[in-house]
Amino acid sequence: MSKFNKKKSGDMPAVNTASLPDIVFMLLFFFMVATVMRQNTLMIENKLPQADQVEKLDKKDLVMYIYAGKPSSNYKSTFGTEARIQLNDKFAEVSEIPAFIAAERASKREELIPFLTTALKVDSDANMGLVTDIKQELRKVNALKINYTTRKGNALDGLKN
Amino acid sequence: MAKRSAPEVNAGSMADIAFLLLIFFLVTTTIETDSGLNRKLPPIDDTEQEDVIIKEKNIFQLNVNKSNQLFLKTGGEEKIIQIKDLRKAAVAFLDNGGGTGPDACKRCQGKKNPRSSDNFDKAIISLQNDRATKYDTYIAVQNEIIAAYNELRDREFEKSFPNLRMSFVEAEKRYSDPRTSSEEKAKLKDKLEEIKILIPQKFSEAEPKKSN
Repeated sequence: MSKFNKKKSGDMPAVNTASLPDIVFMLLFFFMVATVMRQNTLMIENKLPQADQVEKLDKKDLVMYIYAGKPSSNYKSTFGTEARIQLNDKFAEVSEIPAFIAAERASKREELIPFLTTALKVDSDANMGLVTDIKQELRKVNALKINYTTRKGNALDGLKN
Repeated sequence: MAKRSAPEVNAGSMADIAFLLLIFFLVTTTIETDSGLNRKLPPIDDTEQEDVIIKEKNIFQLNVNKSNQLFLKTGGEEKIIQIKDLRKAAVAFLDNGGGTGPDACKRCQGKKNPRSSDNFDKAIISLQNDRATKYDTYIAVQNEIIAAYNELRDREFEKSFPNLRMSFVEAEKRYSDPRTSSEEKAKLKDKLEEIKILIPQKFSEAEPKKSN
């Protein structure tokens, strides 16, 4: 009879935490795999406009990003307050876009080139002159698929007149 | 010397290290994908083009000026329009169906105003903006125009394929979703194409004017 109540000290047994690292590692691997690091450090203000008729931009490897907007506060003294284009990690002129597109195309497999999309991430305060110039350059190099990247939301709410 | 067993490495801090890494990746992760308005630019064509004669009633001419006001010129009228009214106006224009004879529009449900567009295929929306127009206004206008097309396409899609129980936009989303099976994609493709041919997005952007 006394076989079952041999050990009867009042202490709670400690929870075994030996498998904790395993659990944490599992989570860690999940996030490592799911992570897409931000490719570019933004040097501009980039508050995207809102729209609700949006389509998803899948396949991140087939997207070329062109950023545009006012230089952010750190760069105001050197680059002024006029909206500018950012390609990769530096400010660029409109005339540098064809070279950028060519470089992006060269880094992709040839059969994927027709599926490349140019995502225009333009600040909502920028004016259309700049966007039109970008579009003209893209037309010249025959990069015709574009996507105006927006945030999801009601387009009319975002307008401040 | 007595034989000693190798001392055990203390693994107590392993969890801490793993947590540190975990938190780093948690913070840097962006799982959501970007979304936006997909458009196609017209290719540059250097060859001489013959002027196509388009009846004025088939053009829905929008003009955004440098102070972000929207002017609409259609059917011989010119007026300032608010962006919130644009979708309705565009739908009314596209859906008008004022054509007769070969230009008659069977599926249009509009007012059949003879001074407005003939049919879906003939109706053209043209947008011109100023170089000083704000980008968010431009996106709002684009968004409303796409919304107008989507509204009509949804209606016609549901009318043509009522047993699918989804709208055009939903069908297109399913079509572009990589998880959708290829059989379903093949089925959807023809249906989507049919609606796209029925209601083509005839949307032209003129080069902007300079303002000073």
